[in-house]
Amino acid sequence: MASTTPVDAPPPPSPPTQPLDAKSGSTGRAGDKIFLGLSRGSGILLLVIMASIAAFLAYRASVAISQDEGNFLTTFDWNPAGNPPVFGIAVLLFGTIVSSLIAMVIAVPVAVGIALFISHYAPRRLAAPIAYVVDLLAAVPSIIYGIWGALFLVPYLEGLNLWLDEFFGWTYLFEKTEIGVARSLFTVGILLAIMILPIVTSVSREVFLQVPKINEEAALALGATRWEVIRMAVLPFGRSGVISASMLGLGRALGETMAVATVLSPSFVISLHLLNPGGGTFAQNIAAKFDEANELGRDALIASGLVLFILTLLVNGAARLIIARRKEYSGANA
Amino acid sequence: MSRTAVQHQQNKPTDPTPPPTDSLSGRTLPRWAPLGFAAGAIALGCGLGAAAGWQSEIQWGLVSAIFFVVLSYVTTSLVENRRQAKDRLATSVVWVCFILAVVPLFSLIWVTVSRGIKVFDGYFLTHSMAGVPGFEAGGGVYHAIIGTLEQVGLATLVSVPIGLLTAVYLVEYGGGALAKAVTFFVDVMTGIPSIVAGLFILSIMLLFELSPSGLMGALALAILMLPVVVRSTEEMLKLVPNELREASLALGVPKWRTIVKVVIPTALGGITTGVMLAIARIAGETAPIMLLVFGSQLINANPFEGAQSSLPFYIWEQYRVGSEASYDRAWAAALVLIAFVMLLNLVARGIARWKAPKTGR
Repeated sequence: MASTTPVDAPPPPSPPTQPLDAKSGSTGRAGDKIFLGLSRGSGILLLVIMASIAAFLAYRASVAISQDEGNFLTTFDWNPAGNPPVFGIAVLLFGTIVSSLIAMVIAVPVAVGIALFISHYAPRRLAAPIAYVVDLLAAVPSIIYGIWGALFLVPYLEGLNLWLDEFFGWTYLFEKTEIGVARSLFTVGILLAIMILPIVTSVSREVFLQVPKINEEAALALGATRWEVIRMAVLPFGRSGVISASMLGLGRALGETMAVATVLSPSFVISLHLLNPGGGTFAQNIAAKFDEANELGRDALIASGLVLFILTLLVNGAARLIIARRKEYSGANA
Repeated sequence: MSRTAVQHQQNKPTDPTPPPTDSLSGRTLPRWAPLGFAAGAIALGCGLGAAAGWQSEIQWGLVSAIFFVVLSYVTTSLVENRRQAKDRLATSVVWVCFILAVVPLFSLIWVTVSRGIKVFDGYFLTHSMAGVPGFEAGGGVYHAIIGTLEQVGLATLVSVPIGLLTAVYLVEYGGGALAKAVTFFVDVMTGIPSIVAGLFILSIMLLFELSPSGLMGALALAILMLPVVVRSTEEMLKLVPNELREASLALGVPKWRTIVKVVIPTALGGITTGVMLAIARIAGETAPIMLLVFGSQLINANPFEGAQSSLPFYIWEQYRVGSEASYDRAWAAALVLIAFVMLLNLVARGIARWKAPKTGR
């Protein structure tokens, strides 16, 4: 609206412009108003959707929690159909966080490596196709990762698990105390790591490419090796970008459903023996328990979903805030 | 630049014999050294693996990778110096990282194709699972393909107009507190797990006592698709040069017509790409379908009533049956799904490339 005024601004005193201005102005203004209303309405609708997701989930969750005879946060059981109904998220929270952390520990260093490979190491002509292939990894649906993990990766990991147990069993984490196939939180962590690699890689790569060329060239001119350039010029510049990239990846890993549901053999125990089959995550539990859930059971699952929602909201919000703060001082995104 | 030039001069004449100890640049390894390390490491890893009888190639690969890194570090620190060795170490670690990432992708695609091709034929594509017991061979994905196409289509119809308008608001009108809030929540919304979107629609369904249908699944998919569409459209609109807008406004064209006739057509290629990538993303979502559409063995072409199936859900269903025949079907359906998603990706990126050079400079 404001920008249509310059059209009739130059000849303000002359009366002949009046009818022309009235004609074009009126149709323009009505159309503008409708269009602005529509587009602003869509923006508001988006906020409303976010708010109502929180509200609806919270409402159903409160219904469920009020009927829970156990403690929602500390109970090691999920039996909303029982009498009395008892369910709690302790195991799920533990499993979700542990599997995501394993995924992060594996994926972040590798992703940084790949990002560096694409931005600084790969032959110029190969860099773009490689980046493209890594992006394709992100397009593979999670259910396909799931059946690949369950039918292909799990048998292949037996040998690795044996080793970890043998050589690192003393760390307690890698002590395998139960016999069983590798349908453990550790395997889930590896699969999640493969799944979040592309997003962490592509965000890190963007940041590494933004490093001022002049810094790198200055380091090279002083006789630095390529690794020294990366350590002194690239990594310090990209640190906050890598942190936020990993948090985006963490957000993905926390909410992943199908890959976990296909690979994990769930049980309601908390165990730091990562190689033992068992454990559970929020999303996996919802997928597994939904079919046979009664009315209260569904509400209970929605309650656990609310916790997952809050968790991912916090992680993603933090990641976005870090990115936003970065943009302000780097001036990279004008 | 000059460093590599010096290396070149050093290498050419001195390949076979040890280079003369020049005070400027010491001894250097030949250019093929990394390849040699890699070959040696792989030979060692495979040899050890075969000799010790390790069960899986993962162990062989990991041992080879470790050998590669150690070998290149030790040799370089012996022949050259510590700094060069560290540099070589970093280079080899980065290469190993890259290979670590590529191996799963190729393995995934190879496994899907090789196992999926078994029952993948015309019969599989044109028949449903009606009357086929899960553990027996036969049946197909026709009903699931219909379900996926309809649900994804509906989700696109819902989310694209809203997403497009939101992006227009952010780029053309925005700037206030509302625009800031929308931008932030679009980002946050990108991270909503698909199962949470499913639970949200489920809680609405429970409240209004609606029954599961393709439409419900489509709504959940639309929620997942919306932020992706907004984000990509926003980026594309930002790329439209301001001169175009100013020229149009200077001719007296109202702002809304400028947006509809000038801005959006200019960015249309990029917007299409974004929408197609968003479709590719939601086409593989299983969790919301599981909660909201319920799955069916029969052909149901009406997305507004009754249970439907969908490709990802079908894979999950067949995986759960757990027989050899159902695994075959699951892989074949995975092949269909992956082909669909990859095709969307390729076409989308093709459009992006084809339409791209209009804006830059």
